[in-house]
Amino acid sequence: MGLTAAFWIMAVVAVVAALGVVFLRNVFRAALALVLCFITVAGLYITLSADFLAAVQILVYVGAISVLIILAIMMTREVQQGSPSNRMKLPAFIVAAVLLGIMIYTVTKTSWQIAAESPLTPTTAPLATKLFSESGFILPVEIAAMLILAAILGAIVIAREK
Amino acid sequence: MTIGLEHYLVLSAVLFCIGLYGALTKRNAVIILMCIELMLNSVNISLVAFSSYIVPRALTGQVFAIFVMVVAAAEVAVGLAIILAIYRRFTDVDANNINLMKW
Repeated sequence: MGLTAAFWIMAVVAVVAALGVVFLRNVFRAALALVLCFITVAGLYITLSADFLAAVQILVYVGAISVLIILAIMMTREVQQGSPSNRMKLPAFIVAAVLLGIMIYTVTKTSWQIAAESPLTPTTAPLATKLFSESGFILPVEIAAMLILAAILGAIVIAREK
Repeated sequence: MTIGLEHYLVLSAVLFCIGLYGALTKRNAVIILMCIELMLNSVNISLVAFSSYIVPRALTGQVFAIFVMVVAAAEVAVGLAIILAIYRRFTDVDANNINLMKW
């Protein structure tokens, strides 16, 4: 019962915050709505018993990415008042609505094979074994580390003053 | 009414389509980047939901979600650096006016 209530509250707040990101006129307020959306997604991870991912979501998205985005808004805010739309409003709305209809139809018509056992909790130790063991995902972890390094170097080179 | 896999998937689809609409229509490059983050987040929700409902003991969906987060962090760092470089060069972040590489 508590889980159901938590899911509905999180879902409504997440959708409202996402609509706020798209439709708020003030860019800074849109960024704050995005932070609210990130926080509710972390709550949704908790209702899915993914505790480690919820903590990572708070740390990475709410802590780091939103700060980066707000910094970028602060540095570029005086050039453009508000967040105007281009002329593709109606076609984009049709594309998004059709895609949403197709996805909802497919999801509700498919008979998912729900597993009977309850999910693992806590997930931190099993995730570490999964990621770092020999038979696990150790090679993708190393590749992700290289990707992050390349992204840091690229960001520094691109954003540096000549 | 208990919460099932479909609820999470439909929520994820709704968030994805809101993000898609924003990414297609907005003219401010920072807002476009924010909408892309929204779409990546909604995909993460569906991955974690699949992981905890279909293979609850295997955690593969959560591992995938971690890699999506890594790629999203790299993407936002490079994307914001590009936006700041464009802003310094043209003093503009309007995606309609940045058409230097348009053929």
